[in-house]
Order: sequence, then structure tokens, then C-alpha cells
Amino acid sequence: MEMLNVLLEAGAGNGLAALGAGVAAIGAGIGIGKIGGSALESMARQPEMAGDIRSNMIVAAALVEGAVFFGIVVALLVALQ
Amino acid sequence: MFKQLIFSLVILFSLPLTGFSNESHEGEKKEGFNAGEMIIEHVSDAHCIHFFNTETFHATLPLPCIVYGPKGVDFFMSGNLYNEHGHPKAYTAGSGATYVLEGEVMKYVDENGELQTALDFSITKTVFGLFLGLTILVIIFLRVAKRYKTNGVAAPKGLQSFLEPLIMFIRDEVAKPAIGHRYAYFMPYLLTVFFFILFLNLLGLIPFIGGFNVTGNIAVTMVLALITFIITSVNANGAYWKHIVAPPGVPGWLLPLMIPIELIGLISKPFVLMLRLFANVTAGHIIILAFISLIFIFNQNYGAGGAAGVSVVSVAFSVFMNLLELLVAFLQAYVFTLLSALYFGSAVEEAHH
Repeated sequence: MEMLNVLLEAGAGNGLAALGAGVAAIGAGIGIGKIGGSALESMARQPEMAGDIRSNMIVAAALVEGAVFFGIVVALLVALQ
Repeated sequence: MFKQLIFSLVILFSLPLTGFSNESHEGEKKEGFNAGEMIIEHVSDAHCIHFFNTETFHATLPLPCIVYGPKGVDFFMSGNLYNEHGHPKAYTAGSGATYVLEGEVMKYVDENGELQTALDFSITKTVFGLFLGLTILVIIFLRVAKRYKTNGVAAPKGLQSFLEPLIMFIRDEVAKPAIGHRYAYFMPYLLTVFFFILFLNLLGLIPFIGGFNVTGNIAVTMVLALITFIITSVNANGAYWKHIVAPPGVPGWLLPLMIPIELIGLISKPFVLMLRLFANVTAGHIIILAFISLIFIFNQNYGAGGAAGVSVVSVAFSVFMNLLELLVAFLQAYVFTLLSALYFGSAVEEAHH
């Protein structure tokens, strides 16, 4: 409860936009971390498919980043108002 | 040996840059360094190409302005809109209308003396960058095409051998698996958009030529996404539209929910395409500019010693970010092309049951 009050205090003015951008970065980290983790695991199981898996991993990472950048652009729009 | 070379290069390039970005005028108070303002100025469009500033000299290349004002079309050089100190001033064009730049927005003075936004068709920095990319693309690909015509199936050499793996990659790994047997119809557009985005991304990374940020302009990426959307919609067969208004396997009572969702999905795909390219490129530029402006912030707050100290770190990070941006340039071009090919594929896919 106190934590929420402190967070909302920090968010006064444009601070909330910075908080939003940080949360979006958390989403990117989790998503791309999961993609990388499962890609490495499957490359270890089947080394001959490594090239294929690598290209698919990069494509999936770019798609996840697309969603994250949406959040970052919204935060930027608020911050630069 | 290699480590010594890298070390000496980092030390060499960490000599602090001098003589930039503070506009000092005789008799005016010197403003501090505003990092946010500098970054925004570097990633947005401008009516002239600004190379560098010294204490007394602004090295800029003014670009032509084509404006549709209250008294018709006006054509003049943008140098008229700035005074000697680089600040915007009003200019009365040939037709009698007076223009002034507010920020980078062209405004005219109407009868009441108020400022209204004019229709600005000027050759701005982004348009100039577009023309530059276009020229390079046309020259390179016309040469390669002519070489193919004269060489035939002989072994490629020179520029041809550099581009041929890329073109074959697009055809074999992107177009054929995504679109199927009708891939040849869409290949010109896919190749065009791939090399267009690639060249413009790389153009934005080259320093010292004025800092072009073409693919980081949301209008440019919006047009590219719109063209993909139009090609998808025009070439879509009946099965595609049927999947939108009546997704297979959906019970009837769920349709009023599914149809808006499918329509939103239809619009959101090009929208996300636009946003992904714009945000990736602009964010990369902003990060590099932020690292460089760290040097100037430290210079302002802690003097030259602080600036020298942080410049080692700053330059190292900037080199790393530039390499990452190089990867992002290729990757974003590839992802845009791949997603366009996938959308085309889903549009021309035969109904299978």
C-alpha cells in the first residue's frame, strides 16, 4: 500500500511515462529471454538445425520488439508533450 | 596485437570533441547545453542540412522551400528564413505572402497578423535523403541488371556478386516459402522494399554528412506500410475476405465478437509494421545521440577533466551501439520484407478444406 503511494508520488508529472517505458523494457526482457532460452535449448538438442533455429529466433525477437516499441512510443509521446 | 590496436583506437577517438552546439552571440547570455533539445533536433526533419557549428560559422546547406501559401505556390531557398545567427526570421516571398518558421513548421502571416500553418511541400532533409537513397539504388541496380543482360548465366563478379546472394536470399528464404507458386508476381515489390529500407537505414548511420533520419520518420514508414496493405487488399482472393467476415470453425453466436476482432487485426498489421520500423530506427539514433551528449553534459557540469573521463566510456558505448544499429538496419529491412511476404501469402492462399 505504501509502495503504491510512493510509486504514484514518483509518477507525478512526466515520471509516469518513464515508469511506463521501464515496464515496457521489462516486457522486452522477459519475451526475448524466453525466446533465446528455448532457442538455445533446441539448438543443444539438435545441433544440425542450429542455423534454421537461429533465423527463426531473430524473427520472433523482432516481432516481440515491435510490441515493446509500441509501449515505448506511447511513453515518449506523453513525456514530450 | 589485435587488442593493442583496439585499445589505441579507443584512446585516440576519446579525445574530446570541441567546438559544437553552443550558439554564442555577441552580447547574449550563453545558454547551457540542452541534451533533450539537441537530440530532438537531430532526429527530426529540418529545412536545411546542418553539418557543424563553430563559434562564428554555421556550416549548413540550405534546401529549397516549396510552399502553398495564401497567395499560391511560392518557391524560395530556405536560407532566406534564417538570419546570420541561425535564428528564424520572417520572409516575404515572391507572391507577397510572408512566411516564418516556427520550430520546423512553415507558417504564414494572414490578414489578422496571426500565424497559420501553410502547406509545406519543401525539399526538407528527409526528402533529400529519400532522393539520395533513390539515386544510389537506381544506379546500383541498373548497373547490376545491365551486367546480367550482357553476362547471362556466367559467373557474377563485382557489384553483382555482392547483391546476388541477397536477392536470392529474398527469393528463396522469404518469398517462396511465404507466398508459394505466385511469388514471382510480388518479387519486384519485396526486393524494392528490402533494399530501400536497408539503404535508408544505413544512410542514417553515416556520421558527418548531416545526419539523415529517413526511416525514422513515421510518415515514410506509414507510406511503406500503406503500400503493403494496398497490395494485400487488392490481390486478396475470396477466401481471404471470407476468413475475415466468417472465420472457419467459429459458431454463429460468436460472430458479432469475432468480426470486429478480425477487422482490428486487419488494420493493426500494417500499423504495427509502420511502428516497428520507425521505433527501432529512431530509438537507435536517440541512444547514440544520448551517449554523445553525455560528454557535453559532463563538460558543462564537471569541466574538461570530467568530459575527458566520460568520453572514453561514451565513445566505447557509441561504437557498440553503432554496431548494434548496423545489425538492426539489416534485421528491420528483413523483418519488414518477411512480414509483407507473409501477408501477401495469406492473401493469395487457396482455400483448403
